[in-house]
Amino acid sequence: MSKPKVAFFDFTGCEGCQLNKLNFENELLDLLELVDIVEFREAMDDKAEEYDIAFIEGSISSPSCVERIHDIRRRSKILVALGQCAVSGGINAIKNLHPMDEVQETVYGKDKYLFPSIPAQPVSAIVKVDYEVRGCPMSAPEYLHVFKSLVLGRKPEVIDHSVCVECKLRENECVLDKGMFCLGPITRGGCGAICPTNGQYCIGCRGPVSNINKNGAVEMLKKHGFSVNEALKRMKMFSANELDKKIEWGR
Amino acid sequence: MMGKDLQINVHHVTRVEGHGNIVVDMKSGKLLKAQLDIVEPPRFFEAMLKGRNFIEAAIITSRICGICSLGHQMTSLKATEAALGLEISEQTKRLRKILVNGSTFQSNVLHALFLATPDLLNVGSVFPLVNTHKDVVLAALRLKRLANEIGELVSGRAVHPISCVPGGFTKLPTEKELMDLKEKLLKQGLKDAQYAVDVLASVAGNIPNFIRETEYISVYSDKEYGLYEGDVCSSDVGLLPVEKYLEITNEFVVPHSTSKHAKFNRSSYQVGAMARFNNSHKLLTDNAKKTAEKLGLKAPCHNPYMISVAQMVEVVYCIEDTVAQIDAILSAGIKQENPNQEATRYGRGIATTEVPRGILFHDYTYNRQGMIEAANCVIPTGQNLQNIDDDMKKLVPEIIKESKEDITKKLEMLVRAYDPCISCSVHMLDVEFVE
Repeated sequence: MSKPKVAFFDFTGCEGCQLNKLNFENELLDLLELVDIVEFREAMDDKAEEYDIAFIEGSISSPSCVERIHDIRRRSKILVALGQCAVSGGINAIKNLHPMDEVQETVYGKDKYLFPSIPAQPVSAIVKVDYEVRGCPMSAPEYLHVFKSLVLGRKPEVIDHSVCVECKLRENECVLDKGMFCLGPITRGGCGAICPTNGQYCIGCRGPVSNINKNGAVEMLKKHGFSVNEALKRMKMFSANELDKKIEWGR
Repeated sequence: MMGKDLQINVHHVTRVEGHGNIVVDMKSGKLLKAQLDIVEPPRFFEAMLKGRNFIEAAIITSRICGICSLGHQMTSLKATEAALGLEISEQTKRLRKILVNGSTFQSNVLHALFLATPDLLNVGSVFPLVNTHKDVVLAALRLKRLANEIGELVSGRAVHPISCVPGGFTKLPTEKELMDLKEKLLKQGLKDAQYAVDVLASVAGNIPNFIRETEYISVYSDKEYGLYEGDVCSSDVGLLPVEKYLEITNEFVVPHSTSKHAKFNRSSYQVGAMARFNNSHKLLTDNAKKTAEKLGLKAPCHNPYMISVAQMVEVVYCIEDTVAQIDAILSAGIKQENPNQEATRYGRGIATTEVPRGILFHDYTYNRQGMIEAANCVIPTGQNLQNIDDDMKKLVPEIIKESKEDITKKLEMLVRAYDPCISCSVHMLDVEFVE
């Protein structure tokens, strides 16, 4: 049986997910035996290449990205969005909350028209995405699970419970009860509640659960002394695109 | 070969930290163009930071770069602390130095051993080496794992650290964990690093010999090798306070790059491991100094291809300094302390740290509500771009008699020497010659 051809592509992002992939120092050599990595278009005539699995990292945020992602989709059997930038636009989408002109001027001043930019969008806004690995950065064990499932021809499970579920399993003291802000109750799990376990609040980097309880979330944060505006702003750090669609409350 | 026409287009250098193209255009022996185009879609972090509070700033800025996430976080925390007047404890400072060592060592190993060394062994990537040089690949993987373990232990995660926050740490490692880490660094880390150095020394003869003296800018402290804190040091001008960073970096926009360029005392300057080595080599540990000698690296070194050699010297230093920091923490005993987040003022804060690729500046202004009003980040990759262009303009005429393949390879190796991210992409992309 020939090995599946796997490719990795990156768009706009920090490449932290890319790095996380290289951080499987112990498993890396074993993984390489399972697949052929035709990463980064090393062949001369890359347009003719086809991929069994294409992993896409980063969000779509310039006109040339749009063309490129269409092209990759055409040549890929399975397409996986890797990390929050690819899944939802991630942190890049914060810029969508401000007028584009103002954003460009803040950084480039009078030279703002030199470099075209469009709102940061998830890969799924442009092409069909078959599977996703959420998180900023993506969780390494979850990626490994998806990778193995796809290589074995299975469907990876989709996690859709809140971070609180995993936080309780780790027997952490409730972050809200400690008097801190937390997005755990409405954020999708899969990370093993890594931030609360390390003394931080859940920053919502995996986006909201699909059945988000809007009013409950507002009430809960109010009860703990946080204004709706502050809560919304923090939620939008990683989920500006998703929340803009899903949440009209607080306006 | 007289009056040569040459056009090189290494197209769409795509990977970590930058999409770029190498463009060379020569007509009748006259060099019209030799430059690195940066076409990375702009991300606008300065705009994203507006209106964010002091806890969120570091969470956002660590996302600028996956490889340097720790460095951005450190610089961000220091800028916020300067703006808000937050004091940090000796213990916090030492733990942060351990983190900076770990991330420098991680990135240096990745670049020097996985990305640069394959060129010296005449292979296209690290993958073929798995079969031919398995021992050194395994040693390099172990080193990388160890460096990541430092980040995981002290900050909860190697990529986008969690527990280091303004004013301190939300979770501390135990004394036992630190002792185990020290043991590993001494027993396995130093041994693997030494082995990798020996292998690198055996192929160092293949490093191109190209000399262009330039200005070297890095963090400098007279107490220790400048990484976590210190003044700004220019090899031309001397020491300058970090508050003058705008006069040092003088960022300017060029049409061929979405990343701004920088210059100070001359047309360009260099940042990164070689700038640090040239400015601070006297403050290295004895072992690191010996490593430099073994690898034929002497300060001041003006060959940019030697940057990866300087990185391996730093790997040895970072391991030894981490052990020294652990010893100091353990002898004082770990104190359970909460982050100091009681702002004593709101205003402007400027900070600098060395990240693996060079000196990094963050500058925030907070309003009285504790929200960011203005932010500016000056990134090492950007500071090096003009220097890379200047290197190319000197290099191309010097090697013009070589074959097209060799010229392209040397240009790729040059870019790769400066930046692990751009480097590996240069490696794997279409190279197009039009003559």
